[in-house]
Amino acid sequence: MTVLGELHFKPLNFGRWVIWGFSAIVFIAAPQVFDSGFARALLSQMAIMIIFALSYNMLLGQTGLLSFGHAVYSGLGAYFAIHALALIGKGSLVFPVSLLPLIGGAAGLLFGVVFGWLTTKRAGTTFAMISLGIGEMVFAASLMFPGFFGGEAGISGNRTAGGRFLGIDGLSFGPDIQVYYLIATWTFLCMIAMYALTHTPLGRIANAVRDNPERAEFIGYDAQRVRWIMMMLAGFFAGVSGGLSAVNLESVGSGAVHAAVSGGVLLAAFIGGVLFFFGPILGAVVFVFFAFALSEYTPAWHLYLGVFFVALVMFAPGGLSSLLLLNLRVARLGKFRRLRDPYVGVLGTGGLLAAGIALLIEMTYHLTLGIGTGSSVKVFGFPFDTTRGESWVFGSALVAASGMAFEYMRRRFKREWDAIAIEIEDWRRDNPEQDQ
Amino acid sequence: MNLELFLVQLLNGVSYGLLLFMLAAGLTLIFSMMGVLNFAHTSFYMIGAYFAYQLSVWIGFWAALLVAPLLVGVVGAAVEQWGLRRVHKWGHVPELLFTFGLSYIVFELVQVIWGRAPVPYQVPSELDRPVAWLQAAGITFPQYRMFMMAVAILMLGALWLLLKRTRIGLVIQAALTHPEMVEALGHNVPRVFMLVFGAGCALAGLAGVIGGNAFVTEPGMAGSVGAIVFVVIVFGGLGSVAGAFIASLLLGLVDAFGKTSSASLAGLLSSAGVELAPQTFGYPVLSMTVAQVAPVLPYLMLVLILIFRPRGLMGTRES
Repeated sequence: MTVLGELHFKPLNFGRWVIWGFSAIVFIAAPQVFDSGFARALLSQMAIMIIFALSYNMLLGQTGLLSFGHAVYSGLGAYFAIHALALIGKGSLVFPVSLLPLIGGAAGLLFGVVFGWLTTKRAGTTFAMISLGIGEMVFAASLMFPGFFGGEAGISGNRTAGGRFLGIDGLSFGPDIQVYYLIATWTFLCMIAMYALTHTPLGRIANAVRDNPERAEFIGYDAQRVRWIMMMLAGFFAGVSGGLSAVNLESVGSGAVHAAVSGGVLLAAFIGGVLFFFGPILGAVVFVFFAFALSEYTPAWHLYLGVFFVALVMFAPGGLSSLLLLNLRVARLGKFRRLRDPYVGVLGTGGLLAAGIALLIEMTYHLTLGIGTGSSVKVFGFPFDTTRGESWVFGSALVAASGMAFEYMRRRFKREWDAIAIEIEDWRRDNPEQDQ
Repeated sequence: MNLELFLVQLLNGVSYGLLLFMLAAGLTLIFSMMGVLNFAHTSFYMIGAYFAYQLSVWIGFWAALLVAPLLVGVVGAAVEQWGLRRVHKWGHVPELLFTFGLSYIVFELVQVIWGRAPVPYQVPSELDRPVAWLQAAGITFPQYRMFMMAVAILMLGALWLLLKRTRIGLVIQAALTHPEMVEALGHNVPRVFMLVFGAGCALAGLAGVIGGNAFVTEPGMAGSVGAIVFVVIVFGGLGSVAGAFIASLLLGLVDAFGKTSSASLAGLLSSAGVELAPQTFGYPVLSMTVAQVAPVLPYLMLVLILIFRPRGLMGTRES
């Protein structure tokens, strides 16, 4: 942790090349491994969400701005991109479809300049409220101007309108695999750009403004201007993600600027963890899994996502990425074996508890929503009859029994975990030079 | 606009403004005490409305008017005790995010229990008629709206008396500014926090009980009023009860008059002698009536106050 250690000149950071190379391979190989149409659509959504969540984290994680209105930038970016796509289709605009995200990004940047000037006048809680207000304003306006926002139906375009890409036959972004690779390329470039930004003086001073705006001002930086610039850049990348989603879905409706999108990206970034650069990437993948895969199976997926989010806020505010790194550190010091049995206990009983709660929720939901589709509901492949008392008794008993077992296992795990945490602290104190 | 219509709109605006203030007062109180902006505050408003609907089916409206806010207060206190207090050690952003996640969960749970469609929560038949003495003057105004105003004023008066004229109020006020000192004098400050949070939620619940049947009781009600309440407290100045009061009434009046006004910029220009044709640049915007832009008016007010007075009407300068 010494300062001198960080100041060493490292022209080649081998580990970093390995990680970036590995993520490039994942991007290339993923649609070959998961080659169904649904899986590829899911992967495209994940890649778009990665840009969106990373751009959100430029505000929350790096500048300390909690925004409830980030959909404004992605949504307006998507609208400008889809209008450009529609113009390309009509032949009144000549512009490569592959570069449409740039139009979205430019729109995001522009609105970042305008709204950022307003919202970054205040930081902290007030900023959060103002961003919410701006988001609501844009959504209300989207219903008022059907000419630009397309009203109920939205605006649609055709992504093959640009014809062949670079004159290559058969490469027109029609098939979903081609569009996936376009999205993946953009995602990879944006990831590199946003990562590089964290190492620029601007990225560093944004961290300083997040941690202590007063001190940042004392050394000569205008905290408000730093927030504003970060807001513009975040708006740009959000606009790029919006432009990509316009190309991907070929239609944009007023749902694109809805508060649900702003809330979704907040959940995604936080679930992954805002303390580390890669956190939102992880979070975007998990979030899209919830939003697109789980929603195939249950109408109550929002509820599960919300409970998962609140549980993370309460017990692991660093998100999944910090959980991962904490466990890696335990493993590196060779103490993971002691956690193995407690982990099996906690995850096993926790899984049973979650299954019991999900069973009760699904049965209740079936009763309130699914009248007319029969009294039986399938949970984890098993049919449960909601009109019979046994189903409810079984669900309640499962929740009660596994709840008690989980509480016991949780305490056992916490004892072991706390003991290990103390050992690690002692070790760090004795070997400060080894802890990087 | 004739005088009768003007009076009706005025009363409508004031009653809506008072309802907003019941929400904003609890939110401001919780914020100034705990530094937490309770994002789920209007979720408690929604819970209040749904509880009142369910209880009015079982035990009637008048009993529900008493019981539902108390139940909401208990739920709020439980949330503070077992949820918010655990998150407190992580700082203010996780606290805000906790309440955000809570609003998400409440939104979904309400749909699991009561379904996605609005529930038939109705105004009690005793009050479902126009006010007699206004009717005599030629003004038709629902009696229930009058009742809403009376409940809101009584409630807020009682709250003011509690805070300013009782011993509990003294402890609460002291705990706002000097929590360590109050603790040193032997008061249980965390319990005071829990009570204030519960009381703020109960106030929101009461607003839900009387607002749920005046408007619509449906899962989206928390979100639709939530953004407006946040505009109110930012407009009035975060942490200022007086500012929230002025802002609530102002937004209530803007809402009532805005929804019915057919004035537009094009109309204004034509009365000044400038006639616009549909092909004039910006005609779709200029010809829009105030009623059409009513949904964005609160947010435009927010933008304006941010430009001219960033700390809000009665807010203090940001430290």
